[in-house]
Amino acid sequence: MRRRERFQRWLFHLARDEQVPIVLTQRRIFIVPTSGGLLFAVVLAVMLIGAINYNLSLGHALTFLLAGLGLVAMVHTFHNLFGMRLTPGRAEPTFAGDLARFPLAVENPRQQPRRALEFSFKDQPVVTADLSPQGRATIAVPFVTHQRGRLDPGRVTLTTRYPLGLFRAWSYPYPPFSCVVYPKPLRTPLPAASPGAHADHRQGDSGQEDFAGLRPRQISDPTRHIAWKAVARRSDEQALLVKQFAGGAMDELWLDWWLTPGERGDEDRLSILAGWIMAADEQQACYGLRLPGQEIAPAQGDAHRASCLQALALYGEVEARDAR
Amino acid sequence: MRARPPAALEHDAVPWLLVVALATTGPHAEHLPAWLTLLVAAALLWRTWLWHQQRRMPPRWSLALLVIAAVAAIGWQFGSLFGKDAGVAMLVLFMALKPLEMHSRRDALVVIMLGYFLLLTHYFYSQSIPTGLWLLAACTLLTGALLRLHGGAQPVIAIARQAGLLLLQALPFMLLLYLLFPRVTGPLWGLPQDAHAGLSGLPSQMSPGSISNLTLSGAIAFRSRFAGEIPEQADLYWRGPVFDEYDGVTWRASRQHGRSPAPAPVIEARGPAHDYSSILEAHNQRWLLALDVPTRLPPDSSLAATLEAQSREPLRIRSRFSFSSVLDYRANRMEAPASLQQALTLPPQGNPRTRALASEWQSRPPARIAEAALTMFRQEDFHYTLRPPLLGADAIDEFLFDSRRGFCEHYASAFVFLMRAAGVPARVVAGYQGGELNPVDGYLTVRQSDAHAWAEIWLADEGWLRIDPTAAVAPSRIEQGIVAALPAGEPLPGIIRLDADWMRDLRNRWEAANNTWNQWVLGYNPQRQREVLSRLGWPDPDWRSMTASLAVLCGLALLVVALWTLPGRRRDDPVQRAWQAYCAQLGRRGIIRADWEGPLDFAQRVAREKPELATLTSEAARHYAELRYGEGDGDSDGEPLRRLQQCVQRLPPQRRRKT
Repeated sequence: MRRRERFQRWLFHLARDEQVPIVLTQRRIFIVPTSGGLLFAVVLAVMLIGAINYNLSLGHALTFLLAGLGLVAMVHTFHNLFGMRLTPGRAEPTFAGDLARFPLAVENPRQQPRRALEFSFKDQPVVTADLSPQGRATIAVPFVTHQRGRLDPGRVTLTTRYPLGLFRAWSYPYPPFSCVVYPKPLRTPLPAASPGAHADHRQGDSGQEDFAGLRPRQISDPTRHIAWKAVARRSDEQALLVKQFAGGAMDELWLDWWLTPGERGDEDRLSILAGWIMAADEQQACYGLRLPGQEIAPAQGDAHRASCLQALALYGEVEARDAR
Repeated sequence: MRARPPAALEHDAVPWLLVVALATTGPHAEHLPAWLTLLVAAALLWRTWLWHQQRRMPPRWSLALLVIAAVAAIGWQFGSLFGKDAGVAMLVLFMALKPLEMHSRRDALVVIMLGYFLLLTHYFYSQSIPTGLWLLAACTLLTGALLRLHGGAQPVIAIARQAGLLLLQALPFMLLLYLLFPRVTGPLWGLPQDAHAGLSGLPSQMSPGSISNLTLSGAIAFRSRFAGEIPEQADLYWRGPVFDEYDGVTWRASRQHGRSPAPAPVIEARGPAHDYSSILEAHNQRWLLALDVPTRLPPDSSLAATLEAQSREPLRIRSRFSFSSVLDYRANRMEAPASLQQALTLPPQGNPRTRALASEWQSRPPARIAEAALTMFRQEDFHYTLRPPLLGADAIDEFLFDSRRGFCEHYASAFVFLMRAAGVPARVVAGYQGGELNPVDGYLTVRQSDAHAWAEIWLADEGWLRIDPTAAVAPSRIEQGIVAALPAGEPLPGIIRLDADWMRDLRNRWEAANNTWNQWVLGYNPQRQREVLSRLGWPDPDWRSMTASLAVLCGLALLVVALWTLPGRRRDDPVQRAWQAYCAQLGRRGIIRADWEGPLDFAQRVAREKPELATLTSEAARHYAELRYGEGDGDSDGEPLRRLQQCVQRLPPQRRRKT
C-alpha cells in the first residue's frame, strides 16, 4: 500500500506546488481513452472487419480516416491542457456547511482557445470553463465545507475531454490553497451585557447610543453614520456630515466560552459563540470574546468580527497563525 | 476510478444528433422497405417534436415493444436477421429509435458511433466518387456533433471549421494506412446469400429477350486499354459464355464439359497478337470476356474447351486482367467427337419448316450452307429491332418465315438451328461486340448495350469459324455500334444516345475520372498494393515490414500534427528580442535585470554597479524606451532598432572569470 502511494506520489506529482504560476508541462498531464474512446475503437475494429469482408475500398478509407481522427483527437485533448498557467488566489473565509470558493487565475498563453476545462477538488462539485485565445479567467473552484478550521482542499483535478470526448486528459495541480472555515453559527439568545466594565477608559469616546450632533466625516467613519438628510439640506458644502453619538455609558458585551452550556460538545459551544458574534454584530454592539487561553478585547466592525470568528475557527489548532 | 454520473445531454445539442440520424439513415431509403423508411421518418419527426415542445421521452417499455415488433417485421421481410440487407435494416432501425431514449451525453455518443458504422454500410450499395465525397461531408457532420457534445455551444460555422480541421489533420494518417496497411483479400468467412445480389451482366443462358433486355442498360461492362493499336471495330468480339445445348426455347452451356475433362483447346495464330488489359465490373460469373480468341491469360484463370477465358472464382469485385489475343486464328481443328456431336444436337421435335429448308441444303458443302443462310438473311425482308413480336412454340419457324423481325439473339439462334439441321456443327456464342474509345484516358469502354450474340460453325480444315448473322441483316451494328443500327424509335437508354459533342465529352471525362477512381481507390487490393510499393522502390514488402514502417510513419505524422497544433509561441517583436538579448548579455556579466525593473532604472543601476558599461547601457535603454514607449513611429525605418541591436555587439568581450 505504501509503495503504491509512493508510486502515485511520483507519477502524479502529489506534492504541493510552491512555485506560482503553475505551468502545466508535459510531465504533469496524463491522458487515457474514455469509455467513449474504447467504444470508438471497438466500432473501428468491427468496421475494418466489415470492410475487409465485403472488399469495401471506401470502407477501408473511412475506417482509416476515423483512426487518424482518433489519433489527432488525442493530440488535441492533450494540447487543451498543455502550457496552461495557473495562479492561486486567496479564498474568502466561509461558514461550515457553506461553499468555499478557491479562486484560481488561469491563463491561456497560446493563440487557440481552450474549451471545456473542468476544475474540481476530489469528490467535490465541478466547474467548467472556456478560455479564449490568450485569455485569462478566474475560476472559483468550489468546495463544500463540513467542519470549522483551516481547510486544505488538496489538489485540484483539471480535466478535459475536448474535442471529441474520446480521450480524457487531466492534471493534478496542487496550489497552496487554504481557507478559514468558521463554525456554523447556532442562533441562541445573547448573554446579558455587563455594564460599564471598562466604561472609565472610554469616557468621551464616540459611542453609538445617544445622538450628540453632527461633524464632518472622516475617512474611517462607517457609511451608515452619514447624516444623508443633513447633507442633502446643506448641499452647498462639500464635506459629508456624520452623526456623532455620545457613547460614554455604553454597555460591553462579553461573549464568553464559559457562558455557553457546558453539557454541549466543544464544537456546539463554538457554534453558539459564532451565533452570538453574528447577533451582536447585527445589533452593532461592542463585544469581546473570551476563549480558554485567549481573549479579544471588545470592539466592533467587520475586521473585529472576522478576527473573532477566526479565533473560533482555529480554536484548538496549535499552529495557529505562526505556521504561515 | 470513481464512476461519475453520466453528464446530461444539453437541450441545444439534440438537433445535431437528429441531423446525424437523418443523414446516416436517409440515403438508405433507396434500398429499404417502405414501411421501415416511414417508421424511421416518424420516429425522427416524433423526437424532433418532443425536443421542440420540451416534452419527456416515451417510457422504456414502449420503446422495447416497438423494437421487438420492428425486429420481427424485419425478420419476416428479409427471411433472416443476418445478412447484409437485414443487418442494414436493423442498424437503421436502431439509429432511428435510439434518439427516443437519449438522455445523457453517453447515449448521444452511442448515436454518433452508430452513425459512423452506418456510414460504412452505404458502401455496400455504391462506392462511386459522389459517395466518396459524401463520406467526407458526413464525417464532418458527425465529428461536428461530437465537438458540439464535448465542447459546448458555439456557432455552427465554428464547429464545422473545427471538425474540418480535425479531419484535415487525420487525412495523412488515412493516406498512410490506405497505402501501407497490409491488405487482406476478403471475405474472411462465408458471406451471406444476398451479398452479391444485383450484379448484372451477360446471362448464363439465352432465351429470346435475355440479351435485348441487357442492351437497355447503359452501364459499363468493362473497359480495356490496348498496348498497341486498337483493332478495327468490326473485329472486337469479346467472348463470353458459349451455348451449345438447345431445348426449343433456351440455349445453355451443355453439361458435358463439366463431366469429362475436354482436351485443351488448340489455337493456331495466323496474325499478330494484341496485348491489352481489361477492368471488368463484377458480374458474379466466371467468364472474363477476353477478345476472341485469347492466347495468354492472367493468373488464376483458364481457357475452356469452348475457348472462353474463365477465372477460378466468380467475379464478385471489379478486377483487372491482362490478356493477349489473336484476331485471326484457327481453333480446334481436331475437335473432340463428343463436342461435335453436341454441336449437332437438336430437340427431337419442333420447327418443321426450318428443318425442311435445311434438308434442302444438306447436300452442299458446309461453307456453302452457311453462305446460303446468310444470303437469305441479307436478301429477304429481315429486320433488326429491339422490339420483336412475341413468338410461339415453333419460335424459329415463326421468326424465319413469318415475323422476320428480331435482335441478335434471334438471328444467332435461328442460324445455329439451321446449321445443325443441315448437318453442320454449330453453336451460339454470347459476349459483347464493339466498344467506344474514350479519348480522355485512351480506354475502350464496353457497355451492357454492346451485348451481342453470334454463331460459330466448325469446318473440317478451318476449325471453329465465327459467323455473325446479325452482320448480314444490319452491317452497321458491327461497324458502327448499336445506335447506328437501330431505327430511331427504339427504346435505347439516353446515355448511349448522346448526340451533342459537349455532352459526349462531358461523359467521357466523367467516365475517365471514374476509371481512375476505380483503379486506384476501389481496385487497391493486395496485388495492386504490391505493385505500387515496388514502384515506390520497395521490391518485396511483407506484412511485418509494412506494419513496422506504418507504425514509424504514423508516429512521425503524429509528431508533425503535434508540432503543428502546439500552442503557438507568443511571437516577440524584434524590439523586445533585442532588449532581452542585451539584458541577457549583462546578466552573464553579473548584473541581472529584475522583472519589475524598467529600462531606465536598470541603466541607472548598471551605471552604479558597472560604470564601464554605463554609456552603452543607457544608450540601449534609451533606444528601447523610445521604441517601446516613444511617441514617434520609431520602428518604421528600422534605424533605432538597428542601433539597439548594435549595442549588443558593441558590448566589450567578456573577461574570463578568475577561478
